[in-house]
Amino acid sequence: MIPAGSPGGAAAARAPWADRTPTIVRVARSVWNRVVIGACVLAAAIVVLPLGLILWHLLAHGLSGFKWEFFVSMPKPVGEVGGGMANAIVGTLIIVGLGALVALPIGIASGVYLAEYGRGRFAATVRYTADLLGGVPSIVVGVAAYGLVVLPMGRFSALAGGIALAILMLPTLIRSTEEIVRLVPQSYRHGALALGAPRWRVTQQVVLPAARSGIVTAAMLAVARAAGETAPLLFTALGNRFWSLQLDQPMATLPVFIFDYARAPYDDWNRQAWTGALVLVLLVTLISAVLRITVRRIQTR
Amino acid sequence: MSQAKVRRRGVSADEVYKGLLAAAAALVFVIVALIVYEVARGAELSIRTIGWKFLTQTEWDPVADKYGALPYMYGTLVSSLLALIMAVPLGVGSAVFLAEIASRRVGSIVSFVMELLAAIPSIVYGIWGFFVLAPWLRTFIEPWLIAHFGFLPLFRGFPFGIGMLNAGIILAIMIVPTIVSISREVLLATPGTLREASLALGATQAEAIGVALDAARPGILGAIILALGRALGETMAVTMVIGNTNRISLSLLDPGATMSSIIANEFTEATGDLYLSALIQIALVLFAVTIVVNALARALVYFATGGRRDAAGAA
Repeated sequence: MIPAGSPGGAAAARAPWADRTPTIVRVARSVWNRVVIGACVLAAAIVVLPLGLILWHLLAHGLSGFKWEFFVSMPKPVGEVGGGMANAIVGTLIIVGLGALVALPIGIASGVYLAEYGRGRFAATVRYTADLLGGVPSIVVGVAAYGLVVLPMGRFSALAGGIALAILMLPTLIRSTEEIVRLVPQSYRHGALALGAPRWRVTQQVVLPAARSGIVTAAMLAVARAAGETAPLLFTALGNRFWSLQLDQPMATLPVFIFDYARAPYDDWNRQAWTGALVLVLLVTLISAVLRITVRRIQTR
Repeated sequence: MSQAKVRRRGVSADEVYKGLLAAAAALVFVIVALIVYEVARGAELSIRTIGWKFLTQTEWDPVADKYGALPYMYGTLVSSLLALIMAVPLGVGSAVFLAEIASRRVGSIVSFVMELLAAIPSIVYGIWGFFVLAPWLRTFIEPWLIAHFGFLPLFRGFPFGIGMLNAGIILAIMIVPTIVSISREVLLATPGTLREASLALGATQAEAIGVALDAARPGILGAIILALGRALGETMAVTMVIGNTNRISLSLLDPGATMSSIIANEFTEATGDLYLSALIQIALVLFAVTIVVNALARALVYFATGGRRDAAGAA
């Protein structure tokens, strides 16, 4: 029979292993369960909130200046309203392109090495060092690039900015290339080797073509991420209010322009900083977002 | 590898190919060595002239050629810890939500948002913190904090909007994606049998999650330390919202400065040799701190996931 005061007394006969926990404990546990789960859901909701807010304000403040003029005209002198960031947009593209030119061959080759030959201690050390490099603050990379390029050249230059960005692209590039090349099925390699192909041809003509789309995606992701970097450009590429395509001269970039314009005491400049930020986010996030989706599609296939 | 011995031709081409790739991989060492060398060389003058006092002095006066980095170290530490205090509960909670509670569909949406947040350039966080968050803090949150918690030294002072609190909030938003994505991976890597056994013993879902969290603890700790490393080195967003004043104040409402913000603000204006060298020494200290923090974090994540993941993909 059921002992008096036992919970859930609906059942007439209860098995010996039935729950004899007092009701209060049971209720407390069930309430606590809800509280914990509710807190986790709430945490996720709070974490998602800032993205919405930031995107909303980017659009609210930046959209008004998002015009043709912004992309094709030069910055106006202080005091004059209007103008654009044509030189900064082109400058960002040039410096990021320069960085990619340096980083892509090195990064992809290293990634392929790690995936295809990376079993020994050397490879493990490379991996670890790449990870450490990824953790170096970008401002420190900027300081190093200053000493490496700016001091010997005697002036700030687009080249120095490109090299700083290249260093920042490398770690992501190396590790994601490795992961993607590893995804190529072993049977491809075995098949090619069985046909008598030397190992380098197997990698070059079978494995790499199979991984090509993934590598392209990883490369663009690393490049897009570097395009938003500001700190290392402050004292490498410096900035320039004028049109310049010379790599050995200071060059304007979008992030540095945004930084300067946001801190300036002119409303019009602040507005342009918002528009610049909107353009930068479109440049960086949209590329990453689209690429992430393609990567996922490739991986699930 | 064993197949390589069977082949007769092309052995030398193989060696050359492998050698080229290995050379590219070895460049990583060269780059890290160059960074260390350049930063150390640049800081040499300051290290020799100022010595250990650099780390303990609070005065930063380029005109008198006096440099003490303590206020900046304090600012970096406090803003990062503040960020962790906010980001850790939210981040771990979200990770639990993603790994244990959410349906696949909701989970993928939240993960997507995390990835977008991680991809937003730091200057954009800065501009948002400066033009949107600062006025909010100034008009609503900080006056309220002063009115209700003003008896604590933490919330004493004037509602500037920009300052330590703003920097902490912005940093928290920036590091949450790191905590969420790695903690989620670590949670997913814990054996499902842990939860099944707990549930079979009559545990509620929350209690089963607690058991899983217990098993995932080292990895989550690694995620948190990795996020800390990111917060310590973050530059542009912090530079825009922290106020950039050289002082140590207990109040979170007061403006301050961090190691990275002082470099960003003064590097191009540094005229004297010692001035520049002192700034580079700050970079050296920052570099050393982040290397130690990152090495620790990666080791923790690596062992927690059994080497399945080494936090590289989380970047």
